[in-house]
Amino acid sequence: MSRFTTALGSSIGAKLVMALTGLALLGFVLAHMIGNLQVFAGPEKINAYAHTLQNLGPILWAMRIGLLTIFGLHVWTAFKLWTANKAARPVPYAVVVPSASTYASRTMIWSGFIVLAFIVYHLLHFTLGAVQGDIFQQTREAWTAADGKHPDVYAMIVRGFRSPAVALSYVVAQLLLGLHLSHGVSSVFQTLGFTSPRLACVKKAAGPLVATVIVIGNCSIPLAILLGLVGKGVN
Amino acid sequence: MNLTLKVWRQQGPSTPGRFETYEAKGVSEHISFLEMLDGVNERLLGEGKEPIAFEHDCREGICGTCSMVINGEPHGPVKGTTACQLHMRMFSDGNVITIEPWRARAFPIIKDLVVDRSAFDRIIQKGGFISANAGSAPDGNAVPIPKPDADAAFEAAACIGCGACVAACPNGSAMLFVGAKVSHLGHLPQGQPERDLRALGMVQQADAELFGNCTNHYECGEHCPKEIDVKVIAEMNRDFVRAAIRAEEPKQVAGSG
Repeated sequence: MSRFTTALGSSIGAKLVMALTGLALLGFVLAHMIGNLQVFAGPEKINAYAHTLQNLGPILWAMRIGLLTIFGLHVWTAFKLWTANKAARPVPYAVVVPSASTYASRTMIWSGFIVLAFIVYHLLHFTLGAVQGDIFQQTREAWTAADGKHPDVYAMIVRGFRSPAVALSYVVAQLLLGLHLSHGVSSVFQTLGFTSPRLACVKKAAGPLVATVIVIGNCSIPLAILLGLVGKGVN
Repeated sequence: MNLTLKVWRQQGPSTPGRFETYEAKGVSEHISFLEMLDGVNERLLGEGKEPIAFEHDCREGICGTCSMVINGEPHGPVKGTTACQLHMRMFSDGNVITIEPWRARAFPIIKDLVVDRSAFDRIIQKGGFISANAGSAPDGNAVPIPKPDADAAFEAAACIGCGACVAACPNGSAMLFVGAKVSHLGHLPQGQPERDLRALGMVQQADAELFGNCTNHYECGEHCPKEIDVKVIAEMNRDFVRAAIRAEEPKQVAGSG
């Protein structure tokens, strides 16, 4: 067991932690996006979906704690690697000519940091109601379903994203998440040791492809609301 | 042609370095980059000044001794070429050329452009070898090796250990070097007995030498003078993980019957 734990603490072990936690977080982002796209299907769908999630009870908390642990591991390992990599070159080059690396690969720590800040903001906004608290409170018990009053998540989203500043901050955050994923997802193949030449094009295309899907999917919600295409019935 | 050189000068490992500017006048386009530096050094010696210290040996691109970052690119602007094989025709009259040493904490500067690469030797000692019987050479093809495996091993074996991968990596990581060694022997039947120990030992030694961590920028493969593919890093990752999972402490390394 000792050799296994030493290996986990090595640079490849850290790389593996980044890849596997990154994959799990990507799974969450995809599921989160698909769930939220129900906003296009109208208030009944998304409010019922939100109600189901909020009533999972202990499962919801298990998911939250699991997600937080994975997220914490991803951030902590990234920070550890970043500081070690900074220290590995104490004297910088006078001339730097990037050729194979990409803007995305060189800015992973910064795109990651901004996405982290966005996630805090997003939780304060739609989960805790600390941002746009008036909207959060007004929509809290505003939806009448068969079994009583539920939060009107649809109205909360629509009224929230009618503020251009809020909607655009979400769009910017998604663009940075896309940049982060365009390098991250392609990297996973290399880290997990996929070497088949047949996979070479998949390796290269997977990141930008996944990033595009997520950026389009997630940005469509605030943009559609901002442009008045969704939420006409909400005042 | 006439050139302006901005060269990193540093007296010793612990003294601060700085860039010095030199003029290289009447440089023939037919000579190599190192011959151009030889000319500058001869002039400096004639003027009673200290010549620029740089490493070189075979000057035919196979020993891996020359090591300088030319205008931000290890071994200069031509792909698949060592600095000694770089010709001055790749530059034009009036160019300003910045020459720096490999910059990595694990490669401390000895003097000017000369760095100490013994960290690579210590990584090799941790497993970049096979156990073979000494004595007369075995018959050719006594051990059958499929052609694709032989080719893959040969591509990785082209590594000359120059350290350009470390110099090119934004993180100062040595993983292309380690990957080349792990992949080279891992593809061959002779490399199987030590395969797990090699992957574990060499990676852990690279970490201990305080090289950076690979984050898949792929600058290493782009600047490798032997054009070693970054797939060797993926192969090393796989070998390393497999070795870590099935790791069992070795019972006895060798015994006598």
